[in-house]
Amino acid sequence: MTDLLTRVEDAVKKPVWDCRTCGQCVLHSTGMTCPMTCPKTLRNGPCGGVREDGGCEVKPDMRCVWVKAEERSRTLPLLPHKWREEINHLRPPVDNQLEKTSSWRNLFTGRDRVTPAGWSGEATAADPVDWPLTSMGEFEGPFTTPFHPREG
Amino acid sequence: MSTLERLLSAGTRPVVTGELPALDTGGVEAVKQRLEGIAPHVDAVNATDNPAAHAHASNVAIAVAIHQLGAEPIMQIVCRDKNRLAIQADVMGAALFGVENICALTGDDVTAGDEPEARRVFDLDGPQLIKVVTGLAEGHYLSGRAIDPAPPLFVGAVENPYAPPLDHRVARALKKSNNGARFLQLQIGYHEDRLEKFVAGCVESGLTERTALLPTVCLTRSARALGFMDEHVAGISVPEESLARVSGAADPAEESYQLTLDLARHALSLPGVSGIHITDFRHDGSVGRLVGDLGLARDADSPSGQEKHAHGSQLAG
Repeated sequence: MTDLLTRVEDAVKKPVWDCRTCGQCVLHSTGMTCPMTCPKTLRNGPCGGVREDGGCEVKPDMRCVWVKAEERSRTLPLLPHKWREEINHLRPPVDNQLEKTSSWRNLFTGRDRVTPAGWSGEATAADPVDWPLTSMGEFEGPFTTPFHPREG
Repeated sequence: MSTLERLLSAGTRPVVTGELPALDTGGVEAVKQRLEGIAPHVDAVNATDNPAAHAHASNVAIAVAIHQLGAEPIMQIVCRDKNRLAIQADVMGAALFGVENICALTGDDVTAGDEPEARRVFDLDGPQLIKVVTGLAEGHYLSGRAIDPAPPLFVGAVENPYAPPLDHRVARALKKSNNGARFLQLQIGYHEDRLEKFVAGCVESGLTERTALLPTVCLTRSARALGFMDEHVAGISVPEESLARVSGAADPAEESYQLTLDLARHALSLPGVSGIHITDFRHDGSVGRLVGDLGLARDADSPSGQEKHAHGSQLAG
């Protein structure tokens, strides 16, 4: 967490949403409730362990993050209709390379929408000649991304 | 096509699945002994993955053993213990040995087990896991790297219709169904009204046209066992009247069985339900009794019995 933008984002989002700086923010689609505050970091809905009173399986005194998210996606004022519906969308696996980077930057550059080819159902060559970064280049924006090509 | 897929697609009778009790040692012979109490009564047997966050012989090893012993395994996978690389490797490794049915779960938290100090992984969540395994079945890893030929997998998952947020459970089941889950084994539950509402919602949304619902019942032998689940298993609540029914009975063990039988009959009576999943904490032969009392017993003359016979020669012998 070195650059200014990341620090500004953290200063805003940490106190309000208990932001965990995953670098790929989905707050708008989860009733403005951060799914990374779920002890299991679930991004696609509540697990089966929610208690009868709506308490978290892991921390019984805490209200289940997803009980909250589901409720707020319906009731929060000013939330656009489109965002309310997005709670039922499938969010892709977390890209751990983006941890502790600015999700604002990743949003503007499109980096936070980059998923592995297999996520969108594309099969590539069985022999991974120039994996894994050929599809990433086009998303390089004017900002320096924290993304370092792996040695292959 | 797996036997389970064939049976669920045919839909000619309710499908029955069971669960092999977790096991640690004793060789494949130990798997065989435990399997003998279940396999003759069910269509497929779940191989669990560190249930309740306790380490045991692995899901892959147990699923392979079940397959080699002539029964139909359903390999459970939880998201708690392994990252996406390890999970994909497990599925491909099990598939090498002929394991086809996969059941994707989020998994209990590490704090539910006897090693709460462990790091929880959850690199994928349940719905993501379904999509990743479905991708393997379509012939590619998550990276996109091709798998040729693709493993013949039949992918399912779980859902809990009995835990909050109750009104969201159908939507969550739909998310799983839309991303590849062809069957859903439901959590153990004692609230018939919640199951009814959930199943009705699944039928109304069209989910049951592509995804089979298998509600779960649990064989217990005392009010204490029910009380324990109610108090200590997050996501399971047992209504006061069910507890009272068993604790107030002259023969609580028998009443506990009757309660399970009633729940199973009710679940199977719901339009949209494809069968039943049975978990057994009695270990006294009650699985066979329950299947018999439900009128779903396999015998040598029935098509399913012959199927069992053809596939289960090693168990019979």
